Amino acid sequence: MVDDLYREVILDHYKNPRGHGVIEDADAQAEGLNPLCGDEVTIYVQFEDDGETIDEVKFSGRGCAISQASTSMLMEMVKGRKAGEIAGLPKEALLEEIGIPLTPIRLKCALLGLGVLKVALHRAKGTPLPDEWAGLDELELK
Amino acid sequence: MPRYDSPVAVTARSTLDAQRLRADFPIFEEKIHGKPLAYLDSAASSQKPRQVLDALREFYETSYANVHRGVYTLSERATAGYEGAREKARAFVNAPSAREVIFTRSATESINLVAYAWGLDNLGPGDVVLVTELEHHSNFVPWQYIAKRTGADFRMLPIDDSGELRLDELDELAGAGMVKVVATNLVSNSLGTVNQVERLAAWAHDHGAIMVVDAAQGAPHHRVDVQALQCDFLAFSSHKLCGPSGVGALWGRAELLEEMAPFNLGGHMIRSVRLEETTWGDLPYKFEAGTMPIAEAVGFGAAMDYVGEVGLEAIAQYESELVAYALDRLDEVGGITTYGPPPERRAGIVSFNVEGIHPHDVAQVLDSEGVAIRAGHHCCQPLMARLGVAATNRASFYLYTLPEEIDRLVEGLYKTRKILG
Repeated sequence: MVDDLYREVILDHYKNPRGHGVIEDADAQAEGLNPLCGDEVTIYVQFEDDGETIDEVKFSGRGCAISQASTSMLMEMVKGRKAGEIAGLPKEALLEEIGIPLTPIRLKCALLGLGVLKVALHRAKGTPLPDEWAGLDELELK
Repeated sequence: MPRYDSPVAVTARSTLDAQRLRADFPIFEEKIHGKPLAYLDSAASSQKPRQVLDALREFYETSYANVHRGVYTLSERATAGYEGAREKARAFVNAPSAREVIFTRSATESINLVAYAWGLDNLGPGDVVLVTELEHHSNFVPWQYIAKRTGADFRMLPIDDSGELRLDELDELAGAGMVKVVATNLVSNSLGTVNQVERLAAWAHDHGAIMVVDAAQGAPHHRVDVQALQCDFLAFSSHKLCGPSGVGALWGRAELLEEMAPFNLGGHMIRSVRLEETTWGDLPYKFEAGTMPIAEAVGFGAAMDYVGEVGLEAIAQYESELVAYALDRLDEVGGITTYGPPPERRAGIVSFNVEGIHPHDVAQVLDSEGVAIRAGHHCCQPLMARLGVAATNRASFYLYTLPEEIDRLVEGLYKTRKILG
């Protein structure tokens, strides 16, 4: 069971996170905290000239393997896609990518990055926030 | 219990036989992921012995009714059970009188009772409320909130690097303020530190302050004597002490309780109710509005009997030995940071971090081995900030913990490192 959770692809993203870093003067940026464990993630987005397409996206922060790996996977998923499209991206899309069984408490770890990204896009572009999102409502999104 | 039949690694001189006591706890018949349960989270809540479960069942089956209400026999029986539990709680903390023992929903509610009912009427601008850096949020947040509402200053006594209170900083911290409340836990739920409450209480009383003790973590593991501690209020609860959840107790000095306004209002806590005015009942009923957790209180009483019979001195001694053993074994693993004072000055709690691996991941891998530990901030965010971490792992022990379970913890840590290191 633990081998399912920490399957190879998760460990690969955890140990070699994609898009880990900071974008100075990012076009969109937000920070989130999971009060259950104190995990923090900040996401930075830079758009292409059209002001909609995600040109560059990075994350910084600290967290468990699940939150770090899922945020890393998210970075790969969203690059080159439009802000509006990501705002409408259901959490299931990311969870499918992660592809491991998650208990409710670990679901919050896995979805922290996606929640923060949506907040960043909402602030910069006015895209809608998910109004009801189990697992996300307890996260503090700054 | 054939699965724990290997020789005991700790040569305990204590009189406590954990192997034998363990048989009292049905939960240990459970398998977790096909493995025997190594429950190392007793600081969060303890498991329940058959004696307590039987007392609950027997009470419900033979003696249950609402208390203090009916003239009929069954109600009298229920009242005798409930009030009998109050007397057990009195004896358990060596309180002078059972009317000073108030049943509550939890230790948290006990502290809220004092913060609201005493604090709102006795605190104001220029006053100081002093808590410690070791507090659980339950003895931190209520005081911070009531201080803010009343305009009092809220200050925190720091700890040293080994997680013990800096009593030498008390005078400077008080400054010119009028210290009215000093609040501390008896045992830190994060680090296991056993605090020097007597010294703190003496200092508090020198300054005219009341001494409030959160013994939620202390009472299950150390003999508590409110008269020796010289405190004014002491909160404790059932669920960490082998009893059911949903019930706690507050002991307070009668003269303080008598002057205080009620906390919860409603049925049973009144003397007379008229449109113009309601007058309050006597202690302890003034503070027990509504139907209380009756059967839970009876179960709490049975739990105090159980723990008392095992012996609090034996428990404290045994936990010290387990902590010493755990610290040695964790040290062997390497790359592990442990927090807290030396074993002789702490209860059965070991907080630690594994270099480069998040506590959630550690706890998750350990769970797959049937080892239950806590990962998180343990409701002690100010303390985590002091330690410079977001979270720690915490293994905590009780009278049913076996050294072999600490061995399994250590094996699990090697596995964690293999997977995630």
